Amino acid sequence: MNPLQFCLLVSALLFSIGFAGAVTRRHAILVLVGIELMLNAGNLNLIAFWRFGPHPEALTGFIFVLFSMALAAAEAAVGLALVIAIYRHKKTSNLDEVKELKG
Amino acid sequence: MSLILVITAVVTLLAAVAAMSLRNLVHSALTLAVSFSGVAAIYLQLNAEFAGFTEILVYVGAIAILIVMAILLTRSGETPEKSVLTSGWLAGIAVTALVFTILGWAVLSSSALPAAPAVPPHVTVKDIGMQLMTQYVLPLEIIGLVLTVAMIGAVVIACKEEAPARILPVVAKTTEPQPAPGNPAAPIPAAAGAFKKAGAA
Repeated sequence: MNPLQFCLLVSALLFSIGFAGAVTRRHAILVLVGIELMLNAGNLNLIAFWRFGPHPEALTGFIFVLFSMALAAAEAAVGLALVIAIYRHKKTSNLDEVKELKG
Repeated sequence: MSLILVITAVVTLLAAVAAMSLRNLVHSALTLAVSFSGVAAIYLQLNAEFAGFTEILVYVGAIAILIVMAILLTRSGETPEKSVLTSGWLAGIAVTALVFTILGWAVLSSSALPAAPAVPPHVTVKDIGMQLMTQYVLPLEIIGLVLTVAMIGAVVIACKEEAPARILPVVAKTTEPQPAPGNPAAPIPAAAGAFKKAGAA
């Protein structure tokens, strides 16, 4: 196994852990934590491809990771604000109890 | 592939598993910070120093703290007695296993992966700044706009709503016997003041 494959496997595991947490945990904040882990796995993929790719001096994957981190920060801020707003309205952050939009 | 990289990856993955499986949310947030630090260490070993330090600044410094603040604000710091899993968690685990199987199979069997170059790339902060200010200057401006909009949106969503239309008519009814003469708009601010005082008391 070469280092690129190792990094991609670590990233796939990290993505799977985050995905499992996001779809199985009941608390809204932990769903956001899972999404953050999945974003980290994507960033790790980009960095690995940048490092072991044919043209690392072009910096494409690297710059993409910086932008992706900024978007992750924005997403976390808005997501946690939504969790707090839902908690204020319904006095719960349990996702099984927030189902007004369920068809 | 060095031994240090393997150890860092194992620590990162174990911390991520702990963050997703611990019952207490505060413990989850702390192990999440450990996992982010591990990812930053992997970046450092992949010659992406700037990305590693940005990861520590943004994720460990800001997002982990933001998550702890949200846990405190929603009063979910205690360990729950009931189940922490959703009703359909078995289906979730099955989908996760399927996703990981496909990803792992694709990584291990792909023949399109490039071989590692002999010389690791040497990137200085000056190079990154030059790229950001020349080729990627438009995305940089757009990301600044996105961050501003997200910040304003988060404040608007999370700030305490005043709700004057819902509360004030009830209060105004109780103060109806002494209306201010000649000025129909006057009772409402007065009632609002009275309500605020009563709420503070």
